[in-house]
Amino acid sequence: MRDVYVLGVGMIKFGRYPDKDIPQLGAEAALLALKDAGMTIKDIELLVCGNLFQANAMNAQRILQQIGQTGIPALNVSNACATGSTAFREAYLGVASGMYDVTMAVGVEQMGKMGLLGGGARSGGESVEGILGSGLMPAVFGQAGVEHMRKYGTTIEQFAKVSVKNHKHSVHNPLSQYQVEVSLEDVLKARMVAYPNTLYMCCPTGDGAAAAILVSADKMKQHTNKPIKVACSVLTSDPWTERDLTMPDVNTLTRNAAKQAYEKAGLGPKDLDLVELHDCFATAELLHYENLGLCGEGEAGRMIDEGRTALGGEIPVNVSGGLLSKGHPLGATGVANIYEIVTQLRGQAGARQVAGAKVGLAHVIGLGSACTIHILTA
Amino acid sequence: MAAEESAGERKQRPIAPMLRLPTAPGEKPYLVGYRCQACGATYIGEGRVGCSKCTMTGPLQEVRLSDRGSLYVYSIVHQSVPGVAVPYISAIVDLPEGVSVRCNLVDVDPDPAKLQFGMPVEMVTRKVRERKEKNAEGVEETIDIIAFFFRPSQDNKL
Repeated sequence: MRDVYVLGVGMIKFGRYPDKDIPQLGAEAALLALKDAGMTIKDIELLVCGNLFQANAMNAQRILQQIGQTGIPALNVSNACATGSTAFREAYLGVASGMYDVTMAVGVEQMGKMGLLGGGARSGGESVEGILGSGLMPAVFGQAGVEHMRKYGTTIEQFAKVSVKNHKHSVHNPLSQYQVEVSLEDVLKARMVAYPNTLYMCCPTGDGAAAAILVSADKMKQHTNKPIKVACSVLTSDPWTERDLTMPDVNTLTRNAAKQAYEKAGLGPKDLDLVELHDCFATAELLHYENLGLCGEGEAGRMIDEGRTALGGEIPVNVSGGLLSKGHPLGATGVANIYEIVTQLRGQAGARQVAGAKVGLAHVIGLGSACTIHILTA
Repeated sequence: MAAEESAGERKQRPIAPMLRLPTAPGEKPYLVGYRCQACGATYIGEGRVGCSKCTMTGPLQEVRLSDRGSLYVYSIVHQSVPGVAVPYISAIVDLPEGVSVRCNLVDVDPDPAKLQFGMPVEMVTRKVRERKEKNAEGVEETIDIIAFFFRPSQDNKL
């Protein structure tokens, strides 16, 4: 496999765009990434589009119908919340395999005010949501957090501090859906959605798009002398674990992905300068500190207490504002994580810049389950 | 109202195939699982093609699951889709057959202070809704839809 570099990234502000459609939003992000790379659509040899809720709508082709029908191979992927990062990985594989020199991934989603996700549990013709427990995401990630409470005595205040931290970060990200600081008291007093996650501990729904252009080493050298390398691209599915099919296990597949990622990149958690991880709910972020090896088992609560994952701390996590503030338009999320890491490694992140960042990790989980990890290096 | 008490003229139907209702007086409702005959892994849910733990293919053995278990974890749901009464406890209950089941935990306040990890729980069945359907003769009849729940064990034993 060949080395692969990210040459350009683009992202529109996450929010609500009821007057636009998915190809338009995706095309806007694609044009931003092309401009950033100093390329045009004529340079792109493969386009991969990640979109979940309209996965049957041929969005990659419709983006080309907006910005240039060059006849290149275009394909559409969906992988739950890991849809965007899976699109990025497919574009990565296109270059790594030697098949193409320049590929583009676009992640785009239009959710509007979609509400609680997961569709609710059904059995045959009968709705069982709220009767046989809850299949909606707030309860699923509530239970995952309660499991951490059971194992380690983690408190609701510790989970709530994740929301305080990520909202504080978001103030410095003009592309974040929300850019509002909240206090610990605000978070704890907000209405409970599914214990222990209150409203501010749940990511918003919304619309968004992000794009990335991947190139081979030769192409990279023609365009830049400050390369951002994709040190590894890992995708895992959920292995059999004791309760996985009843209570989705978001931990084991992340641990498997992290192990592979560190091995492939020849790096470890101590080498990371920043992490963008999948904080769909505040509970999830603490679990992933341990899953990614950022701290020892059962130490995540202390890690947030001590501020070690805040901007300026030992390993800043979600300086973009995270899904909790930046938003989580599912198909766009994974590519937006790449956007943040690239922006940071270039030293272009302004007030939220992690000083001297050279190595960044992007992690995404899609329930069902899929996990991607990409480590980028400057 | 326990289903076994109301078994009378009205037809009953389980909300999910994993729940088996009494077919004769004196029987109790129960849950079924499916056990891999190679590795023993047990699953909830019908129509399995094979065992995802050990990759054995072929039919799994239906097993009757215990109606007593222990509370593993929970969430207390305060916001849901229209028609679902909140708050309620969405719980994961571990059964002695080595399988867990997701359910509502009832007859206890939806308050973390009232819920202990590992607390013994037992299954109960209750009518949750009615369906009006035409039978084979074209006559409309009412069918009670029966669901299972778990509640703290009355004798506080596992």
